[in-house]
Amino acid sequence: MAQYLISVLNDSTTFATGDESAAIDEFNDSLIAGGHWVFAGGLGFPDTATVIDARSGEAVLTDGPFIESKEFLAGFWIIEAADLDVALQLASRGSAACNRRVEVRPFLRP
Amino acid sequence: MSDVDDALARAHTQEWARVVATLARGFRDLDLAEEMAAEAFASAVQHWPVDGVPPNSGAWLTTTARRKAIDRIRREARRGEKHREALMLTDTPAPLGVIDDDRLRLVFTCCHPALAMEARVALTLRMVGGLTVPEIARAFLVQETAMARRITRAKAKIAAAGIPYRVPSREDLPNRVTGVLAVLFLVFNEGYLSSDPEHEAVRADLTAEAIRLTRLVHELLPDDGEVAGLLALMLMTEARRTARVSAAGELVTLDEQDRGAWDRALVAEGHALVRARLASGRRPGRYQVLAAISAVHTDAREARDTDWSQVVALYDQLAALDPSPVVRLNRAIAVAELDGPEVALALVDPLPLDEYHAFHATRADLLRRLGRSAQACAAYDRAIELAGNRAERAYLVRRRGQLAGA
Repeated sequence: MAQYLISVLNDSTTFATGDESAAIDEFNDSLIAGGHWVFAGGLGFPDTATVIDARSGEAVLTDGPFIESKEFLAGFWIIEAADLDVALQLASRGSAACNRRVEVRPFLRP
Repeated sequence: MSDVDDALARAHTQEWARVVATLARGFRDLDLAEEMAAEAFASAVQHWPVDGVPPNSGAWLTTTARRKAIDRIRREARRGEKHREALMLTDTPAPLGVIDDDRLRLVFTCCHPALAMEARVALTLRMVGGLTVPEIARAFLVQETAMARRITRAKAKIAAAGIPYRVPSREDLPNRVTGVLAVLFLVFNEGYLSSDPEHEAVRADLTAEAIRLTRLVHELLPDDGEVAGLLALMLMTEARRTARVSAAGELVTLDEQDRGAWDRALVAEGHALVRARLASGRRPGRYQVLAAISAVHTDAREARDTDWSQVVALYDQLAALDPSPVVRLNRAIAVAELDGPEVALALVDPLPLDEYHAFHATRADLLRRLGRSAQACAAYDRAIELAGNRAERAYLVRRRGQLAGA
């Protein structure tokens, strides 16, 4: 089993609609039922982000996202899957459910 | 060539994919499989001339490669799972029935849709075809280091992202086979369509390699009609290769080709595959229809004997599967033979193919036949400007020169 991050790419300025939320809930239930669920969540808009840099000892805070881009991370799933084919199938269903493009990336294996 | 050289060459052609595939399954490591296969063949080059060719050369190569892989793992003292697996494998050699399956797994892994198309092509030629990195680089006019990087990166993604080493599930199979065929067709076309004289020999190797790999996939998936269709299409296209370019290096169109120069054995093999598909009664896919069109063309003793109504009917079938403008352009070319250039021109003119040289070459030819020389000349100009290869350009320049008043 491997773990994959499914990132939801958003380029609109609206949160999920009622229909999208319902489809996402249904998809989440199927992830749990299939034993694929690890964690998932939706994120606030990028303008609610704060960047922290404490590399020099003292934390320096900056308002806003660390990269400005038209496309941003709107949410994610972390799933458990036997291989990439399974992960891609789940991600396709996730993309259809949330009505957005998604990206699949493997976690490094321990 | 000595008998040993001959045996070595034959073993490479017949056994490379098998050795890589068996090792890849056993060790779950494509990199290791590729390197150890290469070492086993190097070892054969050393030992066979001295010790003689072993009676079962495939088994000799697989055993040698496996032993080298185990040595390598031991030497690197990689304990844990791989080590145990490797030791286990020495005790339980794979049953023969599974081995063919291994090659199919290898093909599907190399052609995985999560890899970029160019990576799939390179990986398939290296892992399944057994071409060396310099050979692949030369064939695609890419620097050797860049090609090596492309292959390394693809192997790294397969390992890190967990691209599985198996034949896809039944519901995924048709899609994934289509993906494999796209890779094979690209390799074939790369060899066939280019006419760069400096690379001609290497390019001919590519068409041969594409046919060899498609034969292998056909052998592994004998019931898949599209695999059979693509193989038939390649064979009938390859049959006409020498007739397609004149001694002066000019493209020779189908109607002007010396049909006696066609390779009759390849044509016959292509026809047999098409007939078998027709007999199956299943609805044909894109490659089968293209193969059927090619069969109608190669069936005619002379260009004027071509059954054009059959060609148009097949293009109608193709357009239903793939309504792209390029298909409609090719259909219009057949319509010209059946209903005349005026009808065809009305079909061609509205197509959104202004950047495609064949669109302008077709218009030029139709306009020429209608006696509209000035317009034909302008269309030839545009086609010549866009044509990518020398043989085609030479042909178009000559045709333009033959226009009345030119």
